[in-house]
Amino acid sequence: MTSMGLLISIAGILSGAAPIMFGVIGETITERAGIINLSMNGTILLSAMVGFAAAFVTGSLFLGFLAGALLGGLVALVVAFSSIALKQSQVAVGFVLAVLCLNLSYFLGHAYISQNGPSLNVLPIPVLDKIPILGILFFRQDLMTYFSFVIIFLAWFWIYRTRPGLMLRGIGERPAAAYVRGANVNRLRYIYTFLGGAIAGLAGPTFSLDVKAGWAGQLSGLDGYGWIVLSIAIFGGWNPFRAAFGVYLFSFLQWLGLVLQPVLPNIPTQVLQVAPFPLMILTLLLVNIGDAEWVQRWLASLPEGTRRVMARILRALRASPPASLGVPFESE
Amino acid sequence: MKKNQWLKIGFQLAAIVLALLFTTLVLLMAGASPLQAYSNVLQGIFSSTADITNVLAAWVPLLLATAGVLITFAAGLWNIGIEGQIVLGAVFTTGALRLLQNSSLPGGWIIVIGFIAGLIGGAIWGALAGVLKTFGGVNEIFGGLGLNFVATAFALYLIIGPWGRPGIASTSGTLIFPTRLWLPTPLNVALSPWALGLGILAAILVYFLLRGTYFGLRLKAVGKNMRAAFLLGVPTWQYSMYAFLLCGALAGLAGAVQVTAVYHRLIPTISSGYGFLGLLVAMLINYQAVWAAPIALFYAALNIGGIQLPIMMKMDSSLSGVLQGILVLFVLMVEGARQQLFEKKE
Amino acid sequence: MNIELRHIHKYFGKVHANDDIVLNIPAGTIQGILGENGAGKSTLMKVLSGFIQADGGEILLDGKAVIIKSPADAIRYGIGMLHQDPLDFPPMTLLDNFLLGRAGGLFLDRKAATQNIRDLAGQFGFSLDPESYVDSLTVGERQQLEILRLLWLGARVLILDEPTTGISASQKDKLFETLRKLAKQGMTIIFVSHKLEDVEVLCHKVAVLTSGKLVGEAPAPFNAKKLVEMMFGKEISLGARRPLKPGAKVFELRDLAVEDVRLHLADINLEVNAGEVIGVAGMEGSGQGLFIRACAGLIRPVNGQVLVNNHDLTGYSYHVFKRNGVSFMPASRMEEGLVIGLTLTEHFVLAEEIQGLFIDGDKGRKLAEERIKSFNIRGTPMSTVESLSGGNQQRALLALLRNPLSLLLLEHPTRGLDIESAIYIWSKLKERCKQGTSILFISSDLEEILQYSDRVLVFFSGRVTPPLDVSTLTTEKLGELIGGMGWPESKNEARVHEKKPVA
Repeated sequence: MTSMGLLISIAGILSGAAPIMFGVIGETITERAGIINLSMNGTILLSAMVGFAAAFVTGSLFLGFLAGALLGGLVALVVAFSSIALKQSQVAVGFVLAVLCLNLSYFLGHAYISQNGPSLNVLPIPVLDKIPILGILFFRQDLMTYFSFVIIFLAWFWIYRTRPGLMLRGIGERPAAAYVRGANVNRLRYIYTFLGGAIAGLAGPTFSLDVKAGWAGQLSGLDGYGWIVLSIAIFGGWNPFRAAFGVYLFSFLQWLGLVLQPVLPNIPTQVLQVAPFPLMILTLLLVNIGDAEWVQRWLASLPEGTRRVMARILRALRASPPASLGVPFESE
Repeated sequence: MKKNQWLKIGFQLAAIVLALLFTTLVLLMAGASPLQAYSNVLQGIFSSTADITNVLAAWVPLLLATAGVLITFAAGLWNIGIEGQIVLGAVFTTGALRLLQNSSLPGGWIIVIGFIAGLIGGAIWGALAGVLKTFGGVNEIFGGLGLNFVATAFALYLIIGPWGRPGIASTSGTLIFPTRLWLPTPLNVALSPWALGLGILAAILVYFLLRGTYFGLRLKAVGKNMRAAFLLGVPTWQYSMYAFLLCGALAGLAGAVQVTAVYHRLIPTISSGYGFLGLLVAMLINYQAVWAAPIALFYAALNIGGIQLPIMMKMDSSLSGVLQGILVLFVLMVEGARQQLFEKKE
Repeated sequence: MNIELRHIHKYFGKVHANDDIVLNIPAGTIQGILGENGAGKSTLMKVLSGFIQADGGEILLDGKAVIIKSPADAIRYGIGMLHQDPLDFPPMTLLDNFLLGRAGGLFLDRKAATQNIRDLAGQFGFSLDPESYVDSLTVGERQQLEILRLLWLGARVLILDEPTTGISASQKDKLFETLRKLAKQGMTIIFVSHKLEDVEVLCHKVAVLTSGKLVGEAPAPFNAKKLVEMMFGKEISLGARRPLKPGAKVFELRDLAVEDVRLHLADINLEVNAGEVIGVAGMEGSGQGLFIRACAGLIRPVNGQVLVNNHDLTGYSYHVFKRNGVSFMPASRMEEGLVIGLTLTEHFVLAEEIQGLFIDGDKGRKLAEERIKSFNIRGTPMSTVESLSGGNQQRALLALLRNPLSLLLLEHPTRGLDIESAIYIWSKLKERCKQGTSILFISSDLEEILQYSDRVLVFFSGRVTPPLDVSTLTTEKLGELIGGMGWPESKNEARVHEKKPVA
């Protein structure tokens, strides 16, 4: 492969990662507020279908993306409502929605299979796209890929550098403390769940109107991406930068699978394509192992010096979730 | 209290009505006639003996999966990895059958060995999820998901690679097994009474296990309050592992049924979504094992009925999935609403 | 700001937590609110700070009736509350904790806030590093941060709920000095406590609550005896001591060292004989919890040995300890002791570790009936544990214990219970002692420690006294030790070792 070809390939990794980025950033925001949205797999499929259908019918890409975002927000709201007002388990409702939305997407999308719809064009940024190497990687992408870059920074900035972002961290961490500081915890949770869901809802249309234009129903290959989004959100430690790293790592592994295909002819393409999924999920092992009780007991049996070092390492690896993740808030 | 009972039933009926309304709405959105769709589904279930036996045949793996997840739910676990456990069961069964298919053993014995292999395969996969959780602290939802993907990849690899059809390795599945390795169907329909018996037996055993044994009581304690159960003397991590093993075993049996009674070979989608569907059924019956059989039958019927839609109306059969999902969603939400409105706790 | 509470009523179900409370608190006063656990002090303060709403009555601030619907309202009126466990955000920095909740623009002015913290801290002599994390602070330091934050928000009323639990003596002195300074500046301070000495030393006037009612008020200087009378209604007399007949050595700790994220206990030596009762006293968070769990095998020690009946069980799990006759009863009944959703029968059946496959319903019911009777539990075999009252839950926990036992480890056995239940629980425990069971119990109730222990261990900030014979202790002496004063310098004493937290 020529160096130009390599660069274009890598640029492809970045743009291919865009949908997952939206999913992961959106879910990171939702989980920061303390709500886990397990419906992601269904949401991505349904928003991809709805986005494509809307764009197809109206001819407007913008409406397609908007429809996807609104749908993502709506589904997330169902999870939030079921947890906050109805006190049902977020995991249960999220899981049911995952299955439901998947089936809805296949059923309602039936009519749109193999239709040709609008798709995003590459939008090179003048001047910047002439920069050697970086120009090809970052500035000759389409609009949604640019947005996927921007949203990482926006999310990070919001969470860590603004006043409302500070409160967001507060309601996820210890809603009772946020409450005594004047926060309307549940209203904020609704807002952030919708927002996170809407951003995640952009993931689907970014597939069906961009990365892999069109709707292919069960053959779209989108089934499973939602689960990977959820794992990367955990891997990312609820920090947009670390999450972005996870997204690009995953995309890179997928690309690697394709590239290694000719080198490993005995392994079917599908297997190499699927390989990054379990790899990402199994990295969760590293993230949580410090908390296991046998590890605590084993640590205690070590001599003091080694023990301090091991404890430091485990603590550095650990990604602690917002303490109130999944737990509904009661003010009385 | 009489009033409370009526209220509960009333709300549950409301949930069913809402689910039907929603599904009707979806049908209208797809431009189909709801009445026609429903009648097609019903016809797909009832109109002939073949249909009814198909429903019963689909009931078996679903019942096995549901029975399995009832055990893990009792232990407080979300065993999303059940899909992978079914796949591994199917893989092990296929492996056993392939090994023995040319031997002189009678077909019946080979099938029995195949089932045992399937049980072991599913149990191993379940144990893996259990180990990840107990020793690695990996939430069983995500550990299970990862293992699901690994299982699917593994099955794909076998189908295209070492177990591939000679000449044209295809993703549609391995070579079909000779009929002597098919689970016998003496009544000339697609349903094997052996499979049916197995499913019903599993449901009954799980019911008694959870309700009437000390094991079930300890499992429940672990599921409701692991810390307190530990202090009471229950070996908690062992019980969690038992739950994974048992559910994996039942899932493995479901996989074995899929191979020996339904597809007669290994295909990539051998689990057919029965794992997740089992989770839905368990949620719908509020984890009360006594309802597992009838509700699983209902959901199996929906699956079979839905097959008519692509044939008769050019629609996707996923409508059954829509109804199955929305029913659970509304039951959950309506139950939540009822509790909030009528059961004010202090 | 002047505060007037007029005829405040609050019900929790049938419990009349606040019964017609009428109280005037002028600006610049340090008002003490005294009362035992469950008297209604916390409830009243939660009403005033907007956390909950009163069912009747009104609140006047500077003569004007106000409605405080939420903590946000209270903050707007200038009422700030310091909770017993400060409601802060442990994984975040001091600076972020300080900023969170303060109104302002979109962006955070971290530099200005850092300066504010340093200035305010300097004013009161606190040493707080804005960049450090809250989970590395002691309780006293977290309180200091909260006070600074409330001041920064412009609080004119400061409510402190049991602020001296879990802080050192020097931190307490600093706190009181700060409060006096603030009162002189016109701040209204409400000091809620069940500790007589603190109220005596600090407050300008005191109100006593008992069972939801305001039973009396008094200005400084206070007559301690009269206050005690108002709180309890009668003199507390300690029962006659039964001389201990020492039995065989049942439990031994040799050079035990235990640690967790914050504390490191070391060089603990203890020998317990059959039938002995060892009381473990000290402020919460001084290390007793860690200690008792190490004795149970729930936590593995980093050094030393634990011997039960002369068997070395160091490093083994709790279930091994259980098989050797050690039982642990946790303080949090619902979180760790009982399983919500299971009936009494099911609990007893589980605890008995009955062998066999199928549940014997009759056997289980008989077992439950027998236990219910002998422990006087108000419930039926089919009652779920969450339907029982606190006292009955504690009796159920007690009834779950095996018989016979070598060592019984109790964490706060009578916390939150009424006097009748507490006395009953101890009568059952003393029965066990007569049969040869030794008891090791943690309590924050000095009377309880002095009344029932043969020997006492006092914890303070990760240090332990050697076992002290109870006949050498008085209430004052014990209180001093708990507060960090008067520690003997003896070779048996555990080393001081408050760890530097891993940031």
